[in-house]
Amino acid sequence: MIRGKPKTALEALTRRRFLLGSWPWRALAHLLGTPVVAGAAALALFPPALPWAVALANATGPAPVPWETVLLLVLVGGVLLGAALPVVAAPVARVERWRLRLVDTRPLGGGSRRLGLPRRYTDAAAWREAGYTVLLASAGALMSTALCGLLFILGVITVSPLLVLSGEPIVIGVDTLTAPEQAVGYAVGAALVLVAAPYPVALLAAAHAAVGRALLGGEPLRAELVEVSRSRARLVDLFEAERRRIERDLHDGAQERLVGLTLRLGLARVDLPPDSPAHDDVVAAHDQAKQLMTELRELVRGIHPRVLTDRGLAAALGELADRSAIPVAVEADLPERLPAPVEATAYFVVSEALANAAKHSGATGVSVTARVRGGALVVEVADDGVGGADPAAGTGLTGLADRVAVLDGRLLLSSPAGGPTAVRAELPCAR
Amino acid sequence: MRAVTRVVLAEDGVLLRAGLAGLLERFGFEVVAAVGDAGALVEAVAAHRPDLVLTDIRMPPGFRDEGLRAAVELRRADPDLAVVALSQYVERSYAAELLDSGDGQRVGYLLKDRVVDVEEFAGVLRQVVAGGTVVDPQVVRQLLSRRRDPLARLSAREREVLALVAEGRSNAAIAAHLAVTETAVGKHVGNILAKLDLPPDQDSNRRVLAVLAYLRAEG
Repeated sequence: MIRGKPKTALEALTRRRFLLGSWPWRALAHLLGTPVVAGAAALALFPPALPWAVALANATGPAPVPWETVLLLVLVGGVLLGAALPVVAAPVARVERWRLRLVDTRPLGGGSRRLGLPRRYTDAAAWREAGYTVLLASAGALMSTALCGLLFILGVITVSPLLVLSGEPIVIGVDTLTAPEQAVGYAVGAALVLVAAPYPVALLAAAHAAVGRALLGGEPLRAELVEVSRSRARLVDLFEAERRRIERDLHDGAQERLVGLTLRLGLARVDLPPDSPAHDDVVAAHDQAKQLMTELRELVRGIHPRVLTDRGLAAALGELADRSAIPVAVEADLPERLPAPVEATAYFVVSEALANAAKHSGATGVSVTARVRGGALVVEVADDGVGGADPAAGTGLTGLADRVAVLDGRLLLSSPAGGPTAVRAELPCAR
Repeated sequence: MRAVTRVVLAEDGVLLRAGLAGLLERFGFEVVAAVGDAGALVEAVAAHRPDLVLTDIRMPPGFRDEGLRAAVELRRADPDLAVVALSQYVERSYAAELLDSGDGQRVGYLLKDRVVDVEEFAGVLRQVVAGGTVVDPQVVRQLLSRRRDPLARLSAREREVLALVAEGRSNAAIAAHLAVTETAVGKHVGNILAKLDLPPDQDSNRRVLAVLAYLRAEG
């Protein structure tokens, strides 16, 4: 199996070269930050939780208070905490999402919303953030602090032979170290454990990340979809740029030279006496070259029309209309050039719609309109034909609908039996 | 008028430029300068004072319509200068701009592909130098086809004749082309002018201008 670079601490854990890479350090950085954030969250939540602390102290204290008072304190504390949690959770979640990238580089999705205060209390995502904050301030704080402490102790033992030299005895659990010779054994053991420490550290970070992803991320499917549609849009942009490049190469290279060649054949044809043995061949060659010129021009036009690149959509629509078999009235209100993918998609929608109108509709006239409304290009092709166009019947519109969808646009078709047919594409212009 | 027509040629494709220069020489034109961009075109015209400018519309540095801009500019400075512009695709605004420069005479707008029919192309150049106006048949055809009225009133044959008229052909040439008598062509032309509410006129050049003026007004 070919595997790319790991995207999460958990993935990195399964690699053989885990200890040599950057992931142990990333996990450690995440771990060291956790008590800080968790402490800050706990600190912020402490005042609203004060009634609970009072209740706890009184309930277990030497002079028990009436249970009504305890209940009241618990209730007041609950309300206060409930009010404070979503507010405290928002900045905590923001910091935690940012920190999450240390141990999980996959896009998280969601979380970019900034809700007004009242809406936080009704928003499910805000309450998931609140839940995360509670977990962080309790279990998260506990586990990360414990692991940090353990690492610190291991670190101290590792350097204990040096510390002992300065004269201070060091107490470690069951033993007290006073001499370097005595400390070396412990130091070697601690060092060995430290070398393996990245594994539990990364494991905790991975668990933390999993909880974070579940509670702080947008709906996972949605995040994936956003990523997929972005990647699809990038691909289409790439294709579009590639088409323009191919068109340019053909146009400036092959097409230009073919005209030059055909021109020379034309000159040769004129100069050869009609009874010369080469005359017929040259005439045939000239005619074939002309045929080839026409075919190449059509091919290039189908890839990406030059007039669209040079003069923009309005001019290209005019040219389309001119080439149409049925009379076409174009009304294009486009004061400025639009993004290239939008222009190209609009052009091919109109091209296909006009071809369909000419082939199937029996229309005597078609109107094409193009204008920008509310940040979207709206092109409409309407004929006065018999209608009944079926998008499922392979009219080429389905493929165009896909192209339109990639740009986050919509392709609408209205074609009742009896007509008329209208095709409308709406393409957002701001990318 | 000088015996030999002196031409400044502007085309950025080296191969095609050489081919066009060969064509011009072959048909008795004198190429006084062959350049590759619009700036050099303007300079060459100032230096050589040619009778005819043959230019590609799309040229460096911007590869948009530099050649056309230069041609219109040159025509403004010298309305008698004959200009033929070659275009890669039909663009009505190009044709209209050229025809609007000067008095609309001594201009030609052709698709680039036309140059390969060398004799016809040389004929077009001579026509333009002689004071004619030539618009590419495809341009004319498209302009005619997209208009519903009053050109819809024309019969198919009359449209055909009108297209040929717009190409700058005489009645005799049209008659030969359509294999009909010249009288028949004269009748068609009379009908066309009547249907388009244009006064009858025997001057072929003014016929073209009348047609083009009409097309332009609607375009």
